[in-house]
Amino acid sequence: MPFDFEFAKSILPHLLEASVITIAATFVSFAIALVIGLFLALGLRSRFALVRRGIWGATQFIRSTPLLVQLYFLFFVLPEIGITMPPFLTGVIGLGAHYSCYIAEVYRAGLESVPKGQWEAAVALNYGRSRAMTEIILPQAIPPMIPVLANYMITMFKDTPVMASITVIELMQTANIIASERFLYVEPMTLVGLIFLALSLVASFGVRLIEGRLVR
Amino acid sequence: MSPIITLRDVRKTFGPLVVLDGLNMEVQRGEKVALIGPSGSGKSTVLRTIMTLETIDGGEIEIDGESLWHMKRGSRVVPANEAHLRRMRSKVGMVFQQFNLFPHWTVLKNVMNPVRTVLGLPEPEARARAEELIALVGLQDKVNQYPGRLSGGQQQRVAIARALAFRPKVMLFDEVTSALDPELVGEVLNVLRMLAHEHDLTMIMVTHQMGFAREISDRILFFEHGRIAEEGTPEKVFNCPTNDRTRAFLTAVRQA
Amino acid sequence: MSLIYEARWVLLEGALNTIIITLAASLLAGAMAFSAGLARLSSIAAVRCIALVYIEVFRGVALLVQLFWMFFVLPFFDIHLEPITTAILAIGLCNGAYGAEIVRSAISAVPRGQREAACALNYTRLQTLWRIVVPQAIPMMLPPFGNLMIELLKVTALVSLITVHDLSFQALTLQQTTMQTAAPFTAVLVGYFLIALVITGIFRLAERRAGVGLDRGGLR
Repeated sequence: MPFDFEFAKSILPHLLEASVITIAATFVSFAIALVIGLFLALGLRSRFALVRRGIWGATQFIRSTPLLVQLYFLFFVLPEIGITMPPFLTGVIGLGAHYSCYIAEVYRAGLESVPKGQWEAAVALNYGRSRAMTEIILPQAIPPMIPVLANYMITMFKDTPVMASITVIELMQTANIIASERFLYVEPMTLVGLIFLALSLVASFGVRLIEGRLVR
Repeated sequence: MSPIITLRDVRKTFGPLVVLDGLNMEVQRGEKVALIGPSGSGKSTVLRTIMTLETIDGGEIEIDGESLWHMKRGSRVVPANEAHLRRMRSKVGMVFQQFNLFPHWTVLKNVMNPVRTVLGLPEPEARARAEELIALVGLQDKVNQYPGRLSGGQQQRVAIARALAFRPKVMLFDEVTSALDPELVGEVLNVLRMLAHEHDLTMIMVTHQMGFAREISDRILFFEHGRIAEEGTPEKVFNCPTNDRTRAFLTAVRQA
Repeated sequence: MSLIYEARWVLLEGALNTIIITLAASLLAGAMAFSAGLARLSSIAAVRCIALVYIEVFRGVALLVQLFWMFFVLPFFDIHLEPITTAILAIGLCNGAYGAEIVRSAISAVPRGQREAACALNYTRLQTLWRIVVPQAIPMMLPPFGNLMIELLKVTALVSLITVHDLSFQALTLQQTTMQTAAPFTAVLVGYFLIALVITGIFRLAERRAGVGLDRGGLR
């Protein structure tokens, strides 16, 4: 039996501490993605075709290329033009920017899921554009977005280990350090896997609960 | 001769809802029977249980003198296995309200492929049979079209040809005109009319077309609450119904 | 630009490895997606359960963790795989779990009436599945499978972290040997983008061909 429970027990506290960094990275990146995503979604509805096309092209490019290389790009290129940030900040900005391109699409789809008749009814009732948006359209558009956004947050959570490659000491990297110090890989790697599994199962269960509540 | 279809004390429930409540019903060979009645009265469920699309919770169904859901093994009677069900199903064809044509196949393949796959007919024979039936329902110029390109009435005629290709003894028609635009109902009824002249073919139809039911059926069964509330010749049921509910139903239908 | 030209063979080798891993892992993922997706709909509870465990585990754990686990932990169990084999296995199994949900939902989305009609026409369960249900489900699967393959392409970058010489690995090598940063990373990003465009194009073509006959009439 190559699995040493004593060793596993001794490193578990370190790993749980490091999971806090991973969870923090998830929440911060997600917040960044929500905000950038909103701007992208607004840009995609711009009156200027050039803005629309430019943003569409950029989001397509970011969505088709690996997060890892994007993080390398930020990590290595930004300091050369005089922007130095701690790795954690580079990581959450990179992860957030990457997923903002997906989240912009969620916003768009959410708005389009509201039937046209709702706009027309709002116009017929003489609502202004912004009041129609805040009082009629958004209340209908937002609830169906919530489980989709939550699922993206879980996906982002599972992408946080990529930050290890730009020296962020999160859960994966902590395990890596422990493992390479003693050349004992089985316990730390397995524990990291189990922690990820446990957290994502709990999170998915939470999303399903929210979904059930929203569907009614 | 024994009846081709017999239902004895058939019960079917969906949760708390009793759909068939001890139903007894017989259909003779070659007979054309129309099932009418309010929605939810169990008419379609009767057809679906005969086709084995629904299981039953009690009672017995016999097709051609043989139990549908049970079979003999030695001296014992045991629940039917898949082979028995498939042999029984081969005696029955069904046409659905929503046509249920296979959208990924052309008209010809919709009629030809099932008999090739299920009966193992060689291609030339299956094709000849399919082309003949497609011509019979008047769609010879549509053989290579996909169902999505056809009108509802045309799709339903293909569905009839597809079921007929198996040469079943019994044909079940489940509200076959209910999903059609009014102007397309006639072409489907014309095909049914033509089939009604086939003396060997047993036809059981659930329909809301009272005029048509009256015209081609030998017998009308009026369903209510999962039982037959009244039955008889079209003249009897339509002209002098004895049951109050039948009378109320027919009045309501005529006013609509 | 001259740097890129001088490094063209290094970059091409990387691209070739990226493409090989993408294709091989996609094949594995497709096979797993179909097996697990169909198993999820099985009438046998044990089969459904095994498929569910596979899907939840491989979707629940970060791919990089799976990759490292296979790379570092399997040798302790005396299983020694080439890094590229490890890469293909990990990426294929993980994406197969995502694909299984695509297969399951597409199969479930085929209208019930289609199965009923097949039953009325006396098809066996297996015939119904392969001749009626799957051919109609495949056009529905193609768009999400196209997206999944792009995601798969992107995560192949992680294999550079277990010493496979893919595009990302070469970018890092060039960065370290030339001390240039913007050029190698930009070149590699563009490389991935071009591969992604080809994948998208192939799926668009496939969708157009698979769509034949499935433009259902107005009654659905």
